[in-house]
Amino acid sequence: MTESHGAVAEHSEHSPHLRHHFDSMEQQFDSATLGMWVFLLTEIMFFGGMFGAYTVYRSLYPDAFASTSLHMNPAFGAANTAVLIVSSLTMALAVRSARLGSQKAIQIFLILTMIFGIAFLVIKGFEYHEHWVDNKVPLFPTQWHHWDYSNDAEHPHQAQYAKQAQILFCFYFFMTGFHALHMLVGVGIMITILMMARRGIFSHQYFTPVEISGLYWHFVDIVWIFLFPLLYLIGNARKLI
Amino acid sequence: MHEVPSVRTYVTVWATLTILTFVTYYVAQIDLGPWNIVVALIIAFFKMSLVIFFFMNLKAESALTKLFAAGGFFWMILLLGQFFVDYVSRSWMPGGKMW
Repeated sequence: MTESHGAVAEHSEHSPHLRHHFDSMEQQFDSATLGMWVFLLTEIMFFGGMFGAYTVYRSLYPDAFASTSLHMNPAFGAANTAVLIVSSLTMALAVRSARLGSQKAIQIFLILTMIFGIAFLVIKGFEYHEHWVDNKVPLFPTQWHHWDYSNDAEHPHQAQYAKQAQILFCFYFFMTGFHALHMLVGVGIMITILMMARRGIFSHQYFTPVEISGLYWHFVDIVWIFLFPLLYLIGNARKLI
Repeated sequence: MHEVPSVRTYVTVWATLTILTFVTYYVAQIDLGPWNIVVALIIAFFKMSLVIFFFMNLKAESALTKLFAAGGFFWMILLLGQFFVDYVSRSWMPGGKMW
């Protein structure tokens, strides 16, 4: 909130992007931002339900959940966290470029954001493939014997936790799956915004679509910030394994 | 419209987030008993705050938007709070158990 508001409002009377039901570009921008935040609140509740269920089951079976660290590769999770944080940086810089009206920079940063987003999904794909090969997908009852460690001398503690560890993997696939779905949608949004940017419709007066796409992208980043410690780093320090 | 934050601000936030990711990874290797999850969540909340206030630029948004954002967390606390009121109180009944 600076003095520049008044100046922008005067100029914006001529902006072709000002819808007739708004008084000023400022008001239009604030309404769009508020609307996006309302959408993100529904997303908080959507993921919140899963985090809540996760918490209940983790408090029921703390040792079983801790034992799943054996099956996780935190390197994948850490790499994806780093990739996602970089993508959030490039997204924030894309929004900044849009605010400053530098057309070339918007496109470069949007493309970078998209590349990092796709890199995240590729890493996630390799990780899912590893779980699939290791029979850690708790989907097929015929493969549940892979979870049975009762005759496994290497993992003597695993036997009692094998069944309950599958619950953690259900949460793992649901939570990371929905997160990956959001990433996929995010990449689609990036493509749309990039096409708009190529037509040169964004300026320091009108950058709302870039801004609210950024809000979505950062939200998806925040979900992962919680998923990483809750799914990958549960029992690393405990000597259950 | 709003003030445009500098590139330096964004890069600093990014560097902090990356360092905190390493911190959360290495702290998880140290056995702190029940405090492992507490430390992990405190770091996660701090990272979330950085993203919300700087990348999502909430500090420059209108008071109404800030109120809505705070409302989201209020409802989240209600949701998780009700989860625990339910599950914790189940064992209070005679013969009751959590499941």
